[in-house]
Amino acid sequence: MIVAVASGKGGTGKTSIAVNLAISIRNAQLVDCDVEEPNAHLLLKPEITREEPVYRLVPLVKEELCDYCGKCAAFCQYNAILALLERILVFPELCHGCGGCVLTCPKKAIDERKYRIGVIKEGFTDDLKIVFGELEVGEPMAGPLIREVKKHLDKSRNVILDAPPGTSCPVVETVKGSDFCLLVTEPTPFGLHDLKITVKVLEDMKIPHGVVVNRAGIGDKKVYEYCKEKGIPILLEIPYLRKIAELYSKGIPFSVEMPEWIDRFRELFEHIEGLVES
Amino acid sequence: MKQLTVLSGKGGTGKTTITAALAVLAKRAVVADCDVDAPDLHLLLRPEILKAREFRGSKIAVIDQTKCVKCGVCRERCRFDAITQDFAVDPFSCEGCGVCTIVCPVNAVSLTERISGYAYISKIKYGFMVHALLNPGEANSGKLVTMVRQNAKLLAEKEGLNLIIIDGPPGIGCPVIASVAGIDVALVVAEPTMSGIHDLERAIQLLKHFNVRSFACVNMYDVNKDNAYRISRFCEENGVEVVGNIPFNPVVTEAMVNGRAIVEYSPECDAAKEIASIWDRLRAELSF
Repeated sequence: MIVAVASGKGGTGKTSIAVNLAISIRNAQLVDCDVEEPNAHLLLKPEITREEPVYRLVPLVKEELCDYCGKCAAFCQYNAILALLERILVFPELCHGCGGCVLTCPKKAIDERKYRIGVIKEGFTDDLKIVFGELEVGEPMAGPLIREVKKHLDKSRNVILDAPPGTSCPVVETVKGSDFCLLVTEPTPFGLHDLKITVKVLEDMKIPHGVVVNRAGIGDKKVYEYCKEKGIPILLEIPYLRKIAELYSKGIPFSVEMPEWIDRFRELFEHIEGLVES
Repeated sequence: MKQLTVLSGKGGTGKTTITAALAVLAKRAVVADCDVDAPDLHLLLRPEILKAREFRGSKIAVIDQTKCVKCGVCRERCRFDAITQDFAVDPFSCEGCGVCTIVCPVNAVSLTERISGYAYISKIKYGFMVHALLNPGEANSGKLVTMVRQNAKLLAEKEGLNLIIIDGPPGIGCPVIASVAGIDVALVVAEPTMSGIHDLERAIQLLKHFNVRSFACVNMYDVNKDNAYRISRFCEENGVEVVGNIPFNPVVTEAMVNGRAIVEYSPECDAAKEIASIWDRLRAELSF
């Protein structure tokens, strides 16, 4: 089973929930898809067994063949190629790597070259398998790296995907293909506002979902009212406890120090399995 | 005109809380919410919308089923796996590149513009606010951020305001890069956790990469004072001045629940006072 953990709003506790869930169940793989700011490894401190650079393809113009007709630049939807009178400029950071310029060039003057966008690391913490991507600083596009990270899914295990914050393309890329999405929220106006947007994304993508209320006890009751109204199950509540916040600040998953939570995370996973099967 | 961006790398460290407070303290500014996929600033600044405009940030391929001969060339050539088994376009995968339109042997595919969101210009008690909302699940948030910033600039010029305060999105990818391009000063909001430190480091690297003058503050610093100290050390070593340590105070959440900036709701509390002192330092830097 593939379970994504997402939230809309940042800092609601996605990584904390994903990590605690992954260490509580058997035969799991944690895949950190927040390639801009991957944090799961900070809590799990895995022994890294493999590292692999990731590239995307960008155009390489062979000027000796180019007659500056400008068809490539006219085709490119991302303004990644600028055709001047006697020069072609390529902006790799804008390129999505669709390969259209190669196809449109009448002189076959365009090849593609590899452009490094980040690295994928794999490792283990005990028998928990971990994969995460690290986007190169300054590289704007997270999507292609997330797609590569997701090629490392081990379907013989229970896969937990830790999503980036937000509701746009990197989140869609992460949750795509999941059997279930756990939405982590906090009971505040910000938490609720961003939860609503994320629910909309999941409804459009037809991915079943449920809510984890983190820091329960702060804020107000509106998240609960909203979930009730929408018929979205609240699968777990984690109270706001200074101890949990302090453990997180030290990079320790709270169920390690508060083992009573291991059972609750197992029950949460069984509950999700039940929901997916029905 | 000066531009200040509040950002963080890690989400949920308090960017929006601090931006709203700075907007109130500045009294006359254009405030821009550049977290276009999960915007929250309006919940504290309560803007009155003056103008709304459609944002057409991207295109999507459309297959004319009456012409399609189901040869599969488009599916083969699409690098985003956006053509489904039954020859429809998956809107969540299509990046609007147009490769399918040129490889289709029977011209059955065309590109069409999609409305990816809305941009707003609004009035607030403390000047103006520009904001936007990306449609759920959309791509191109960077482009929408650029549009919001363009709106902010035009509005500031028109209204004779000489400060733009920008609430940035989390992360370090395209919408963040679009939020820091060409600004004068950045304020990085860190939290004293292992994740917070890691993400602050990457955010500062990004700001260095773009040559932005940067300051930092630690929010809820007393949750882990050792980590707050580590953040100060790291910032010092990297030439980033730490302009404040904001204590944890539940009244900050209370202010949010009441839809108010902390400096309006409880100006005398320790957190509000620390933000006011951060503003004094930034204000000098911005000669505002």
